[in-house]
Amino acid sequence: MELTPSLTIDAARSAVEQRATTAVALAETHYDRIQKENGQINAFLTLSKERALEHADRIDRMVAEGKALPPLAGVPVGIKDVMSTRGVRTTASSKILEKYIPPFDCTAVARLEAAGAVILGKLNCDEFAMGSSNENSAYGPVRNPRDLTRVPGGSSGGSAAAVAADMAVFALGSDTGGSIRQPASFCGVVGLMPTYGRVSRYGLIAFASSLDHIGPLTKSVKDAATVLQAIAGRDPMDSTSADVPVPDFAAELDKPVRGLKLGVAKEYFGDGLDDEVRQAVETAIEKLKTLGCEIVPVSLPHTPYAIPTYYLIATAEASSNLARYDGVRYSHRAPGVKTLAEMYRRSRDEGFGAEVKRRIMLGTYALSAGYYDAYYLKAQKVRTLLTRDFEKAFSKVDAIVTPTSPTAAFRLGEKSNDPLSMYLADIYTVTADLAGIPGISVPCGETKEKLPIGLQILGKHFAESTILRIAHAYEQAT
Amino acid sequence: MKVTEKDVVYVADLANLELTAEERSGMLRDLNSILDYVDRLNELDTSDVPAIAQVSDRYGVDSAKQGSERFAYATREDVLEGLRKSLPHAEALANAPDPDEDFFRVPKVIER
Repeated sequence: MELTPSLTIDAARSAVEQRATTAVALAETHYDRIQKENGQINAFLTLSKERALEHADRIDRMVAEGKALPPLAGVPVGIKDVMSTRGVRTTASSKILEKYIPPFDCTAVARLEAAGAVILGKLNCDEFAMGSSNENSAYGPVRNPRDLTRVPGGSSGGSAAAVAADMAVFALGSDTGGSIRQPASFCGVVGLMPTYGRVSRYGLIAFASSLDHIGPLTKSVKDAATVLQAIAGRDPMDSTSADVPVPDFAAELDKPVRGLKLGVAKEYFGDGLDDEVRQAVETAIEKLKTLGCEIVPVSLPHTPYAIPTYYLIATAEASSNLARYDGVRYSHRAPGVKTLAEMYRRSRDEGFGAEVKRRIMLGTYALSAGYYDAYYLKAQKVRTLLTRDFEKAFSKVDAIVTPTSPTAAFRLGEKSNDPLSMYLADIYTVTADLAGIPGISVPCGETKEKLPIGLQILGKHFAESTILRIAHAYEQAT
Repeated sequence: MKVTEKDVVYVADLANLELTAEERSGMLRDLNSILDYVDRLNELDTSDVPAIAQVSDRYGVDSAKQGSERFAYATREDVLEGLRKSLPHAEALANAPDPDEDFFRVPKVIER
C-alpha cells in the first residue's frame, strides 16, 4: 500500500482490519522507508525486525480468524532508545551501554505491544536523554527531515524525525525538560508529555527520576490520545505511577472548547522569543479565540528561574542515577584495569560523552558537602514557587498556551559549543516538568524558511483530556 | 570564579570520573559559567518556602492522608518474587563484561 504522510494510527489500523494490507506488509513498507531514509536522517539505531514481524504475523492471524483487533493492531512504532526492550539492544545513545540487551520490557513498551503495535526498532536520542538537539548521541546526530542542515531538537530527536519522515506511524519519547515537546515542535509533529505519574516509568532508563515522563510523538492529536490510552494507568512496578482513573481520552476529544479559559502568560513572550514564532503563536491564540475560547492574562512570575532550578535538580538526580554504570553488571568495562577504583573511573571516562560528564559533575557538585543547601536545596524550594505559580494560574484558567520553543530548529553545530545557550532552548518547557503538569506541542505554522513552529498547551494535573481537546480543536480548524 | 581546578579534581573523584587534563579545563570553564547563571536563584527569598523533592505526593493522592499513607496503594507484601519472578541466573549475568558461571567478576578489592 502507498505510504502517505497522513498515515495516522486510524488509517494504518483500518487498512489492516479491512485487509487493504497486512500488518507484516505494513511493517515491511516501513522498513523499506527506513532503509531509504535513515542513512541521511539517522533516526533509527537498532531495528527489531524479528520481533516486529513475528508480532505483525500474530496480528495478521487474528485478522484471518476474524478476531476483534486491539486499538493499535498492526501499527508500526519506533521506541526512543532509553526504554528497555527485551532482547533488543538498548543503548540510551551511550557508548557505555553499547552492547546492553535488556532482559525485560519497559511497561509502556509492553502495553503498546499488548495493544497490537508493532515495534520497528529503537530511536536515536541525546545520550541518556541529556540534550536539546540530539547532537549528544554517541551514534551521531539526527538530522531534521524538514531541513537536513538543522537539528531535529532533543532529546527525543530520533522519535520526532522518524515520525516526521514517515519511518514510523508514531513513536515513544521521554520528556525531562522538554524532550518530547521541543523536538515535536522542531519537526512539525504532535508531542504529548502526560502528567507525572500518568505513565509508568518502569523500564525507562533513569535520567532525573522526579522529572522523567514517557509520552507519544504522533502525526495527529487524536493519535496522541490513542497512544496515551494504551500506555496510561497505574503500574505496580513503578511506585510513583499514580492511582488515578484513566478517562476515555478519545471520547473527550470532540467535546466543544467554547467557553474554556486559556491563560496567556507574558513571561513566555519576552526577550529571546523569535519574531516569527511569536507571530505564529499569537495567530494560533487568535484562532482559539474564534473557536470560542476566552483568553485570560495570567502571570507565572518565577518563570525566569526555571532553567537554573531545572539544571540543578536534573543534574543532581542524574549524578545519582548514573552511578550504576560501573562496569560490573551490564555496562562497558575499560580493558586492562588493575584495581576496582581504576575500573570504575576508566570505564566511565571511556563510556560517557562530554555532556553526560558535565551534568554528572554539576550534579555531584550541587549535592556535595558545603554546597547542598546553596544549590540543591535552594532549587527544591524554587521548585515549590514554580509549582505554586501554576496552581495560582490554574485557579483562573483551564489551560495555558505558550510557544513550545523560543525559536524554530537551529543549525547543527550552532549551539553545541555553548552548553548554557543550549539549555535555554528549553526555557518554555522545563517548568511543566518541574511542576509535573501535562503539556502538548501541536504544529502551528512555519517560518519563512519552511521550518515548523509549535504551540504548547499546558494543563492541570491529570487533565490531559482538556489539553488534547484544545489541541484537537485547533488542529481541526487549521 | 566559584569552582577551582582543585574542586574539579575533587568532584570528579566523588563522581568516579578521572577526566583528561583537557576535559578538566573545559569542565572548569563550563561549571563556572553555569553556576554563575544559576546564581540568579539567590534573588529569591526562600526562607519560608518548603522544599519539594517530587510532586507525586501532592497530586492524584488523598491529601487528607499524611506522608507514606498517601502511597498505601503502592505498597505490597514483602515476599519473595512479590511483583515478578527473579531473573534466571544466566540471564542476570548475560550483560556482564566479565562474569564466570556464578558471579560478576571484578579486579581484586582486598590486597594481601
